[in-house]
Amino acid sequence: MKKSIITTLSLMATILIIGSCGGGGSTSEKSTNETEQPETTQTPSEQPEAKPESKADPSTYDPKRGEGKFNESNVKLGALDAAMADKGKAIAATKCNSCHKQTDEKLVGPGWKGVTHRKTPHWIMNFITNPDPMISKDPELQAQLEICLVRMPNQNLNDEEARNILEYMRQNDEVK
Amino acid sequence: MISNKLIVGLLFVVAMSITSCKPKGTTSVISGDAATKVYVPPGQYDEFYNFVSGGFSGQLSVYGIPSGRLLRVIPVFSSDPEKGWGFNEETKPMLNTSHGIVPWDDLHHVEMSQTNGEADGKWVFVNGNNTPRLARIDLKTFRTAEILELPNSGGNHSSPFGTENSEYIVASTRFSVPSDANPDVPISTYKENFKGHISFVSVDKETGEMKVAFQLKAPGVNFDLARAGKGKSHGWFFFSCYNTELANTLLEVNASQKDKDFILAINWKKAEEYIKEGKGTKQAVKYSHNKYDETTHTAKSEMETEVTVLDLANTEGIAYLIPCPKSPHGCDVDPTGEYIIGSGKLAALIPVFSFDKLQKAIAEKKFETEKFGGIPVIKYEAALYGEVQKPGLGPLHTEFDGKGNAYTSMFVSSEVVKWNIKDLKVLDRAPTYYSVGHLMIPGGNTKKPFGKYLVAYNKITKDRYLPTGPELAQSAQLYDISGDKMKLLLDFPTIGEPHYAQAIPAALIKDKQAKIFDINSNKHQYKTNGEEDAKVVREGNAVHVYMTSIRSHFVPDNIEGVKVGDEVFFHVTNLEQDWDVPHGFGIKGANNAELLIMPGETLTLKWIPDRVGIFPMYCTDFCSALHQEMSGYVRVSPKGSTLPITFNSSKKTAAK
Ligand SMILES: [Cu+2]
Repeated sequence: MKKSIITTLSLMATILIIGSCGGGGSTSEKSTNETEQPETTQTPSEQPEAKPESKADPSTYDPKRGEGKFNESNVKLGALDAAMADKGKAIAATKCNSCHKQTDEKLVGPGWKGVTHRKTPHWIMNFITNPDPMISKDPELQAQLEICLVRMPNQNLNDEEARNILEYMRQNDEVK
Repeated sequence: MISNKLIVGLLFVVAMSITSCKPKGTTSVISGDAATKVYVPPGQYDEFYNFVSGGFSGQLSVYGIPSGRLLRVIPVFSSDPEKGWGFNEETKPMLNTSHGIVPWDDLHHVEMSQTNGEADGKWVFVNGNNTPRLARIDLKTFRTAEILELPNSGGNHSSPFGTENSEYIVASTRFSVPSDANPDVPISTYKENFKGHISFVSVDKETGEMKVAFQLKAPGVNFDLARAGKGKSHGWFFFSCYNTELANTLLEVNASQKDKDFILAINWKKAEEYIKEGKGTKQAVKYSHNKYDETTHTAKSEMETEVTVLDLANTEGIAYLIPCPKSPHGCDVDPTGEYIIGSGKLAALIPVFSFDKLQKAIAEKKFETEKFGGIPVIKYEAALYGEVQKPGLGPLHTEFDGKGNAYTSMFVSSEVVKWNIKDLKVLDRAPTYYSVGHLMIPGGNTKKPFGKYLVAYNKITKDRYLPTGPELAQSAQLYDISGDKMKLLLDFPTIGEPHYAQAIPAALIKDKQAKIFDINSNKHQYKTNGEEDAKVVREGNAVHVYMTSIRSHFVPDNIEGVKVGDEVFFHVTNLEQDWDVPHGFGIKGANNAELLIMPGETLTLKWIPDRVGIFPMYCTDFCSALHQEMSGYVRVSPKGSTLPITFNSSKKTAAK
């Protein structure tokens, strides 16, 4: 029973991650980043930070695309590129595997198995490069947060790293 | 009715008696808009970063102006358990000296690096007064990047003042001492054997790295403060000194005999030439040079063994003494570089010297008949522009607003006095509470002051704050100087004993802040590049734990096979790559401190277990909703145990 609930939720929610205490902000932890001032960040995936007011407004949010710089036009998939997937695997070992397994088993965050079937490629890339605003808006991510209770950290992936990780996820899902 | 009157009457008496023991005007007149001028609404930023010396705490504190909010305490010369500074293996070398590790100093003055006479926001330099040292703090990380010990010195007080492009930061000794080469002399031979050395420390333009370029050997006076020339006087440096009596006992009497002491004027470009021509003497000495490397996250301490010294008694055209009444503290150069303001702390006036007149006096040899320690003494009137009469009692230090006005702190009469540099007329005075030392106007030492605020750093605060036992809060007071009259806006407490401070517009450094250390650039020799690499390795009686941390667990979190007396090194790599997510690491019984590891960084805690048992370890910095779960155990077995090292790797940590 328990296992099927987790499976169902992870199918719905998909993803990766996790997070924490949601927009309600019941804690004083430092992981609640959504109240930050506009950043002048050196985040490789540079993009305008959502303003605090707009974060709570789900009407502007596209759950298929997520929020970030990626969309159908700039994320194109071909046949599996094994070299890219290898690079993605190495990056994941440093930055992702602390919380995610490659199976469907939850660790801190959900397992990766099947994620590329459940989510669009550009949604995945937006989320892994821009997690905070999406956790605050995406209904499925918020549901996931209630399970994991830790917000997925922004691991400062640059565009190329994110793309390599996507390729590794596809390989993990046995895309040819 | 009667009782009301009585109460009012009593209150009046109480109020009068409190007032009567304070300097005049203590019940300060705060105008109605003071609160709005210092109020920074939640979520908004201050206008200025204010870097304030932490005095005998040995640290540098950072406040926001105008709110007076404490933003950060940067550990410099003193160990700091909050940040593991001086406790983790990587930072221990920063506190090394030729005397071994000295985990404390007395930090007095603050100088920001400059380009073209304006603060450029790269580095902050501070001095250690006790075991003479200079430190450089990197303003990208707000961390101490370098500490340099100084040879031939006994108290690095007249420091760290810099030239208009930070060509040099100076460090001159307050306590004259015999040279390090021949130190064992009778104290009674002070006059012949004790000398005051001035170190010219060069600063690399790109890296900021400091180097003792040369030292000037001066008579055994006590150097107090200093200022570089700027603009027209660029190339010159001015040092205040007292104890020209060359006394070595009962200084409070014996060093205050003469009517005038000196400001020493140094033509440092000329000194540079002499050094290039080989006129200095190389001397064997020993002093430490400590550098923190941001890619290995590790400090190295090296011993330097040589310094080049130029004796001012045998030089032509480098050094001149200007008589200055009486035990001068500040010798401050105005934004134009023309006026040098001497502040004799026992004097009843403020002498203002003119750089042009000084040059003329030198050219025309308007010297006293007798040299002092081989250095020509310029006639007082020949260098004097004029005197500010009856400014107050105990003038200490002067800052400038860039609009032709000077502001001088009065230690004895506890006030700030504003006066006009051209006509030397006193324009305004404002009380301080109490015994003000240094003043600070943002950019007030540069060519372009931001003359909007002035901060007074006070020694005494009786009755300003809720009492806290015998010792009260140290304090700073913020004044609005944008109008004709100074207006007190705010009192705020400080750490240590505040001495000098500097401030810079927030916009000049806010956006340069490092947010993380890139995990891919981490070159620490014990880095763990992801949980799959976490491991525990025994090498004799040393046990190296390659550990990772991320919200909200360590790998490994269970370790067995450690024995009593082992040297266990926890090399913890923080795998986070997100701003402001440090993790901590503490373990029961560790007799140093904790680690506080920034995102992408590796740090090492050394622990020698002293008994058999199970030792919990945990993260000390609240990091997520599951922070409490970020913990683990080390099992310690008896000395002769043959239990092998085991640990749970990431492959075994999956929660089923
Ligand atoms: Cu933690």
